[in-house]
Amino acid sequence: MSNLPWLTALVVLPLLGAVALWLLPAGARPRTRAVALGFALAEVALVVGAFAAFDTGAAATHQLVETAPWIPALGVSWALGVDGVGLALIAMSAVLVPLVVLAAWREQGSADGPTDRLRHYLALVLLLEAFIVLVFAARDVFLFYVVFEAMLIPVYFMIGAFGGAQRRYAAVKFLLYSLAGGLIMLVGVIALYLQGPGGPEGFLTENLVGLDLDPTVEKWLFLSFFLAFAIKAPMFPVHTWLPDAAQQAPAGTSTLLVGVLDKVGTFGMLTLCLPLFPEASRWAAPAIIVLAVVSVLYGALLAIGQKDMMRLVAYTSVSHFGFIVLGIFAFTSTSIAGSSFYMVNHGLSTGALFLLVGFLAARRGSQQIVDFGGLQKVVPVMAGLFLVVGLSALSLPGLSTFVSEFLVIVGTFARHPAAAVVATLGVVLAAIYVLWLYQRVFTGPVRPELAELPDASGRERWVVGPLIALMLVLGFLPGPALDLVRPPAVESVAQLGLDDVQPAVSTATPAGTEGSDQ
Amino acid sequence: MSGFTAPEIAWGPMTPLLVVLLAAVVGVLVEAFVPAARRRTVQLVLTLGALAGALLAVAALWSDVERTGGTDVLAGSLVVDGPTLVLQATIALLALLSTLLFADRVAGGEDAFAPSAAAVPGSDYEELARRKGLRQTEVYPLLLFATGGMMLFPATTDLLTLFVALEVLSLPLYLLSGMGRRRRLLSQEASMKYFLLGAFVSALMLFGIGLLYGYAGSLRYADIAAATTTPNGMEGLLVVGALLLLAGLFFKVGAVPFHMWTPDVYQGAPTPVTAFMAACTKVAAFGALLRVVYGMLPTMAWDLEVVLWIVAIVTMVVGTVAALVQTDVKRLLAYSSIAHAGFVLAGIVALDEAGITAVLFYLLAYGAATVGAFGLVSLVREQRTGDDDAPVVLGEATRLSQWAGLGRSHPLAAVTFTLFLLSFAGIPLTAGFVGKFAVFSAAVEGGAWQLALVGVLASAAAAFFYVRIIVLMFFTDPQEAPGVAGEPAPGLTSDATPGVTPEVTTAVEPADTVGAPAVAVAEPVRAARTTVAAGEGLTAVAVGVCAVLTVVLGVAPSAVLDAIASVALLLP
Repeated sequence: MSNLPWLTALVVLPLLGAVALWLLPAGARPRTRAVALGFALAEVALVVGAFAAFDTGAAATHQLVETAPWIPALGVSWALGVDGVGLALIAMSAVLVPLVVLAAWREQGSADGPTDRLRHYLALVLLLEAFIVLVFAARDVFLFYVVFEAMLIPVYFMIGAFGGAQRRYAAVKFLLYSLAGGLIMLVGVIALYLQGPGGPEGFLTENLVGLDLDPTVEKWLFLSFFLAFAIKAPMFPVHTWLPDAAQQAPAGTSTLLVGVLDKVGTFGMLTLCLPLFPEASRWAAPAIIVLAVVSVLYGALLAIGQKDMMRLVAYTSVSHFGFIVLGIFAFTSTSIAGSSFYMVNHGLSTGALFLLVGFLAARRGSQQIVDFGGLQKVVPVMAGLFLVVGLSALSLPGLSTFVSEFLVIVGTFARHPAAAVVATLGVVLAAIYVLWLYQRVFTGPVRPELAELPDASGRERWVVGPLIALMLVLGFLPGPALDLVRPPAVESVAQLGLDDVQPAVSTATPAGTEGSDQ
Repeated sequence: MSGFTAPEIAWGPMTPLLVVLLAAVVGVLVEAFVPAARRRTVQLVLTLGALAGALLAVAALWSDVERTGGTDVLAGSLVVDGPTLVLQATIALLALLSTLLFADRVAGGEDAFAPSAAAVPGSDYEELARRKGLRQTEVYPLLLFATGGMMLFPATTDLLTLFVALEVLSLPLYLLSGMGRRRRLLSQEASMKYFLLGAFVSALMLFGIGLLYGYAGSLRYADIAAATTTPNGMEGLLVVGALLLLAGLFFKVGAVPFHMWTPDVYQGAPTPVTAFMAACTKVAAFGALLRVVYGMLPTMAWDLEVVLWIVAIVTMVVGTVAALVQTDVKRLLAYSSIAHAGFVLAGIVALDEAGITAVLFYLLAYGAATVGAFGLVSLVREQRTGDDDAPVVLGEATRLSQWAGLGRSHPLAAVTFTLFLLSFAGIPLTAGFVGKFAVFSAAVEGGAWQLALVGVLASAAAAFFYVRIIVLMFFTDPQEAPGVAGEPAPGLTSDATPGVTPEVTTAVEPADTVGAPAVAVAEPVRAARTTVAAGEGLTAVAVGVCAVLTVVLGVAPSAVLDAIASVALLLP
């Protein structure tokens, strides 16, 4: 089983799907949706196969490894492989894509039958999925960089061609922010290669780990990488493209953008910045922790103040990304494992939130909170779904987001108690923005113009249902998922040359524990 | 004076050059002896055959050069080594593609050139020539002569031959730039400007060559390099001479501050000529620059490095910033080509073997995207409903606002153009990215990481104006775009094209004005819409080849990179 090129297959399948959609003969175009969904579901099946071939017992090592020369003259290889974190993120993405396809069913002017616009949109979604898998599986810094930049193009079109009124502005802003970060990283990539052993496999991550770098050079290299990832993640103060992009993009695009693509930033910090530049990471950690805590609070405060639901969700993500970065740079195995798990949960929770807001906006033709009110009596199922998903955003115990947020805070507390305590305020603020949003949209008197809104359709329930189910399962039984992310976290701390600090209380089954950590 | 000994000439290694130049001479004879009706076909076959022959000749010489490192013909007048072959192949290939653009008759059986270039614009004779269907088939031999000069330019290590090659490549280009069918005064003005500045720079360069000869007593690069190792008290001659020589080469590559001609000439010249000029001249001139910097002036590196650094940085910055505010596609591509000259210079500054490979690859990648982009520009036309309700295809729609919504109406053309733009911008999985990566790595490896940093920042800014075109094509509806509703295109009115007023509009196309449609009162421009003309398919073939090259060199550049690297060694 493990000899199959699982990861290449995972990359190629959605790519084929995108090509198939673009080349779909006119006669078969009514089947656009089925073709797209078929490819997306086949990808999920492949991921299940990849899980079967993956040895969870050795989650810290890269598995399903493939290495082939790509551009030997430049030292570039087609090197794929995943550890537990990479596989978990690929799985999360693969789960989200079919739901996004389902959610886009009636978007892009295709209420009656699939339009060409919808076909192009779905093809871009599948193309993006191929890039996503590749970026999480890349074991070659150059390959990672190439995909990191190339994936901007489909997203750019997904915002710019299919979004709202200000879509052009949002798309260009997104692209320029990301390109600027990426190009600075390019200098870092080149310089890193020249510091390494060179040769036809000079970009392989394992050949670049553990280099004896000059401390100044290492700091500069670290900064060039970190800046690109911070923009992508996005962290305060380079987050301003995200609310614009999320507000203007279709809900499915926002789901993939925030739920998956932004993870590339934090994933990059975890799998490139930390192992490649351990000294510099330790050097920069205090400043980054401060920025992360600022992100947590600032994102939450701005979320409270938003009038547009998409923007609100985008700011909640800034806050959540603050937690993820905080956990990564707290340098304890608990916090890093928590952050890794957080990445998965945040994708599920925020993805569901974006999709639900998208459904609401499609009904009402507006994303403004003031245009809603009293919907609980009109669309009770939708209200229920929204409440559960919202509670996952504020990390209610029993939902998977609680486990990860708890691990991050506990892990951080062991090394930086002050940062952990301040960040905990973010949890309180989360309760405000979620519950207040719910209150304004769903409670109160029923507005006459909203009285006829239809409740969640079967398709919409199928979009959100799996995500809620996953969050519940992972919330009550986080063990298997934690088995995936914990060994790589231990490995990361070891690579940093630090002693792991264990929180006083065992966090093996955190769903049941209460927050006493001294 | 004793008896004259005939020199031993190795004809074999000169084949690529000879094929092209001989075909050019034959082309002139064709003009004299073949009936007018059949000239175009004959010339086209001859030109394509000669350029393909040159490519084959390069291929035949390849293994030999790879083994021996190259040969020196005529005591250094011509050096056939790896870089020479790569450059000659690149030039021949790009010229071949440009020939297809030259030959294509896009609108109503008319190619891009004036029916009779000697006719005064707007005259009765011009109209008569057009009705008679006259054609200037001289463009093909001119193209071949220019190509021959370009293939010699980077292949010589002798200053006199360098100068001769410069003139052989330049003179036909001056002529070709002035032969536009439409907007003839603009075209002639471009030609004049190019000629005057070019002649001026030629003189400077010749003066520099004289000074270098005075310093070293020889015109050979190697002798001059040897002379620089022992101080002889005349270093002033050397420095001034070298700077003047570099000025000439900077002019040809379009580096700041010798770039002034680029936007005007690129805009005014017939688009196929622009494509040819932008791609091939740059390849040839950078090849020559490479050889001069590496072969003649290595011991002066620490002196010249300052100059090269400054020129590289200023070129990147000026090209990028000026491109940000352009409103005409051809001008925008011209400024972007200036910025690209800066990127290549960053690779040249690296002064090592990786730098040579990187520069050679970059030139190929850039050339392919350039020919493709200008080829597409030549197909995007204004279209108006004629008297009998049949659509009439007019001149090129080069104002950016006219490109709005092209992605909706002509997705294939727009997607292809986007591909070229992404390659220019250096987005991964296109040839431009690999080129940029190679050049910047060479720069960082050569210790010039600051140059690479400026380069990436300039790339980020440059992405803005490439993206702007993409936004225009895909995300904008035609009526939304500013400038279409009849206001003059700001770039053209402010860009100072003196002497070009509405009256100069040729009698051929009353509404096809010099680019300021609002001034042409006769017919409101809003009647025209933008379309992509099919032509005879020749341009489409060239553009297709360029697109394939751009993708293949971006996704699987290995074979080409390895091939270049295996021969990237300059003979002294």
